[in-house]
Amino acid sequence: MEETKPKLKLAVYWAAACGGCCVSVLDVHEKLFDIISAADLVFWPIALDTKYHDVEKMPDGYIDITLFNGAIRNTENEEMAKLLRKKSKILVAYGSCAHLGGIPGLANFTTKDEIFKRVYFESESVVNEKNLIPVPEYKAEEGTLFLPSFYNDVRALSQVTEPDYYLPGCPPQSERLLEVFKAIVSGAELPPKGSVIGAETKTQCDECIRKKTENKRIKKFYRPWEIKDDGITCFMEQGVLCMGPATRAGCGYRCIKGNAPCRGCYGPPPGVPDPGAKMMSAVASIIDEKDPEGINKILEDLADPAGTFYRFSLPVSLIRRKIL
Amino acid sequence: MEFKPRIVAFLCNWCSYTGADLAGTSRMEYKPNVRIIRVMCSGRVEPTFVLKAFANGADGVLICGCHPGDCHYQEGNYRCLRRYLLLQKYIRQIGIEPERLKLEWISASEGKQFAELVNSFTEKIKELGPSKIKDTIRTFA
Ligand code: SF4
Ligand code: SF4
Ligand code: SF4
Ligand code: FES
Repeated sequence: MEETKPKLKLAVYWAAACGGCCVSVLDVHEKLFDIISAADLVFWPIALDTKYHDVEKMPDGYIDITLFNGAIRNTENEEMAKLLRKKSKILVAYGSCAHLGGIPGLANFTTKDEIFKRVYFESESVVNEKNLIPVPEYKAEEGTLFLPSFYNDVRALSQVTEPDYYLPGCPPQSERLLEVFKAIVSGAELPPKGSVIGAETKTQCDECIRKKTENKRIKKFYRPWEIKDDGITCFMEQGVLCMGPATRAGCGYRCIKGNAPCRGCYGPPPGVPDPGAKMMSAVASIIDEKDPEGINKILEDLADPAGTFYRFSLPVSLIRRKIL
Repeated sequence: MEFKPRIVAFLCNWCSYTGADLAGTSRMEYKPNVRIIRVMCSGRVEPTFVLKAFANGADGVLICGCHPGDCHYQEGNYRCLRRYLLLQKYIRQIGIEPERLKLEWISASEGKQFAELVNSFTEKIKELGPSKIKDTIRTFA
């Protein structure tokens, strides 16, 4: 059958990202052909040689859908976020980094100066005899050279511009991307602006296949490698931290099916402003101890509560960075 | 200008709020810096409440509940204690002085203890100075 509808224009961009989100788009495998038959990819740095100035030349609203992955950590990321907002009809915060700040957002536990010190001076593999650090502007004989400036804070996409939708996951489940894409192509009515799409409204625990016992309490927490998981019982009930209580379902409990606890990449369910705070409640509820010293002793098993509870969400949490 | 700490106090309805009330009806003087929020039980105080208070500019947060064994819902204050101890760990990691958050048991007859607690906590917060949380999280750098 001949195409009747004009093809959609699709862009995929990475800001402070690991590349996994772009790869997750490729992970639709042969379904990529379905995507390409319905859409032209007009900008995708991992795969196409389109330049930033080509995007600048596009009329406003030229791109139908942009999947923006990665967090905002420097001036380049922010400029591209704003540019792509202007050029796109639908801007999707794609993946945990764009949605919540993600793994790069853990940098909010420290500062730019600390990071530079570590990376350019202290790292075991670095030799930097002249004590050089990158500068955003450098006057060379041939002219002035510019580099993006590095921010002190990592931000989610919503903290620099207004995305239309959020598609969670680190990276998003490819099936969910296809569903969303098909819905848009079919011309179906889209959810209200600002919605989380490609995910459920329940928590991981609501959907979980593992066995739960009412009011089960524990006396000790373990790192996953410290115990032999029975493969059946809820991780928390075995004393292994699982972010399920504070995490939105929708990934198809990917990790739990693989016998690993949930780490929280789909972000908090609706109505939960702060996943870490929710997790603190869940942890407090499962501890079987009333004496302060005893409780503290159990809590010592948690090596890094802040980093664990806010692994993907620090930049959008209530206390979104370390207070100095 | 003199620093007037803003303190948010979550008091459980059955013991601590009554204790605070007693301090009032007995005309005990205590520092005017606390904004009291009555909750049915200290076990109702979710970590989110505490973090929201800090994020919105509280210089200190006080939680009071019934003494251990006296909670009207049996276990609420133990749950509160566990949340509190975990919150302490977290706020230390995120760079908030742990002294800005305090949990105490106040019974319905402990009006005097409540007044003293408010005074000593206010003093402590004055020593620490204004909280930087609200400014830090509102300014991106
Ligand atoms: S969300 Fe995960 S997979 Fe995607 S860019 Fe961030 S770290 Fe990588
Ligand atoms: S805590 Fe984890 S393992 Fe337990 S029910 Fe929830 S998602 Fe499943
Ligand atoms: S189980 Fe949790 S960490 Fe794993 S993919 Fe799903 S939401 Fe992400
Ligand atoms: S009723 Fe007072 S602490 Fe539970």
